[in-house]
Amino acid sequence: MQGKCGLFFESYREENALLVGGFQKARFAALLAVLCACPFVLNSYHLSILILINIAVVGAVSLNLLTGMCGQISLGHGAFIGVGAYACGALTLQGVPFLVALPAAGCITAATGMLFGIPSLRLKGIYLAIATLAAQLILQYIFLHWDAVTGGSTGLAVDPPNIAGLTFDTDEKMFYLSLGVAILMLVVATNLMRSRHGRAFVAIRDFYLSAEIVGVNLFAYKLMAFAVSSFMAGVAGGLWGHYLQFVTPEPFGLGLSISYLAMCIIGGLGSIQGAVFGAVFLTLLPEVLTWLSDVGSSVFPAASLYLVAAKEGVFGLVLVLFLIFEPEGLQRRWRLFKAWCKLFPFAY
Amino acid sequence: MEYYLQLVINGLVVGSIYALVALGFVVIYKATKVVNFAQGELVMVGAYACFSLTVEMQLPFLLSFLLTLGFSVVLGLAIERLVLRPMIGEPIISVIMVTIGLSSILKSLVQVFWGTQIQVYPQVLPQEPYFIMGVPVAPVYIAAFVLSALLFAVFSAFFKYSRLGVAMRATALDQCAAASMGIGIKSIFALSWCIAAVVSSVGGVILGNINGINSQLGHLGLKVFPAVILGGLDSLLGAALGGIVIGVLENVCDGAAKQFLGLGGFKEVAAFIVLVIILMVKPYGFFGTKQIERV
Repeated sequence: MQGKCGLFFESYREENALLVGGFQKARFAALLAVLCACPFVLNSYHLSILILINIAVVGAVSLNLLTGMCGQISLGHGAFIGVGAYACGALTLQGVPFLVALPAAGCITAATGMLFGIPSLRLKGIYLAIATLAAQLILQYIFLHWDAVTGGSTGLAVDPPNIAGLTFDTDEKMFYLSLGVAILMLVVATNLMRSRHGRAFVAIRDFYLSAEIVGVNLFAYKLMAFAVSSFMAGVAGGLWGHYLQFVTPEPFGLGLSISYLAMCIIGGLGSIQGAVFGAVFLTLLPEVLTWLSDVGSSVFPAASLYLVAAKEGVFGLVLVLFLIFEPEGLQRRWRLFKAWCKLFPFAY
Repeated sequence: MEYYLQLVINGLVVGSIYALVALGFVVIYKATKVVNFAQGELVMVGAYACFSLTVEMQLPFLLSFLLTLGFSVVLGLAIERLVLRPMIGEPIISVIMVTIGLSSILKSLVQVFWGTQIQVYPQVLPQEPYFIMGVPVAPVYIAAFVLSALLFAVFSAFFKYSRLGVAMRATALDQCAAASMGIGIKSIFALSWCIAAVVSSVGGVILGNINGINSQLGHLGLKVFPAVILGGLDSLLGAALGGIVIGVLENVCDGAAKQFLGLGGFKEVAAFIVLVIILMVKPYGFFGTKQIERV
């Protein structure tokens, strides 16, 4: 545990706390208070962006567990999120209450993820990436053609989430629900990384042979990484489907998988905090571009015409530039910023 | 029976284009160990460049084809220098993601310049079909097959006999040893991207002549993965065979699924189901170097 100056632990309990020290606790409390106040201040458009950010945080953290922590590249995460959305939607349509359907959707997605994670025992690196790419395309095909469950290309119309009589049908209510789920998942992920299982993941990522030598069961832990990650992806998907109240195959394409990987990389691979930064950054990026084109269209009327194409191009450009110039992502910038704050008037 | 023969012939043509794209992929992977997810977009950019020269600038087809090849060389050099060179020595996921980012950039550039609707090439070859075993085959199909076979022959000879080809093989085998024998590794990397861009744009031009082009052409690049995994990631022969086999297989499976199961669009996944099976059984493919570390 890296102790800050002036921070002395008097018990193991203190040392093992999730938030160390008063300032950190105060900071997180302030952040939480600001987030909880959002629905009273923002309009419903901005709130909907925040909800999407919350959902993206869950997805990005789940992928970062798999790819960042355990080193298993997955190009199929978008499809796993889709599995969650379809599973949750289909279950609630059968009359299963949302509070049961969401974890159940997570479990179904976990099973799917484990199924496609089995090759990870034999495959590494590029071969695993290609295997998960195949998973992505096969699952997409299933979404489109298993009409009985997924409704084919017309999709599923889903009711807003309903927990114990309380219907989350407005953006305000949905915001609190998604925020709650996101925080829960963040806490779970953070604690998982502090446990022996999390350390086993990191050991596998760093070097699989030494991990095996110190007694990490590679297959079990790789499967576990796939399971935990897919479970969270399924929860994110379930939330997403119920928020949009409509589940169709289009959003869960390869593009979604890639943008989640991009969130992990832009935020910082292997860092929970980084995944949050990446999710916020990449969800806001298209909104900022839309805003820019609104501003730009008063000068160049044709600007909005190129917006769709430009969004993808800017996404690619941001990704390439981050990989070349800031491979450790935004969380490194944040760390540098914190160090700068600590040292402020002096440079050492 | 004729139905399936037609499917096989279509598959052979599409497969020969897959093989071309896979050739580019394999050349890059062999020399630089970079997995290029932007291979399909290189096809698309080549196809659009040639389209632009023939239709919008009214140049004769052969001239614009040659100019397209020149353009591809420049594009390959630029990509290698600007995007891939800074990534030397980075972890594999970063290299994968950088080529994915590259593919997004290329796709969006194409959409900005040419829009998203289907564009049709002017007729270059005659329309009257030849008959092979009673099945009508358009001349453009035959030209496509012959052209890819020719390119494969040229490149096989290049790698086997020319100094540069030998240097590329040496680099593929052991970069350090090659460098210490005086081979310029960086120029080899650049050259392999040029070759990849050139063969891909040839594939793009052929495809444009068959079906017309649109901005979704880049999806073709995904089909490269089953082809090269089947043949082996670092084998030219494997790329050729893998491309052809995947092309025929997906067409026949698609036809069979349509006929017996009433399933549409099975073409999209047939290759990937095969891919998963190959990865489980024989991950290094049929001709690939068996150097994969097994956990």
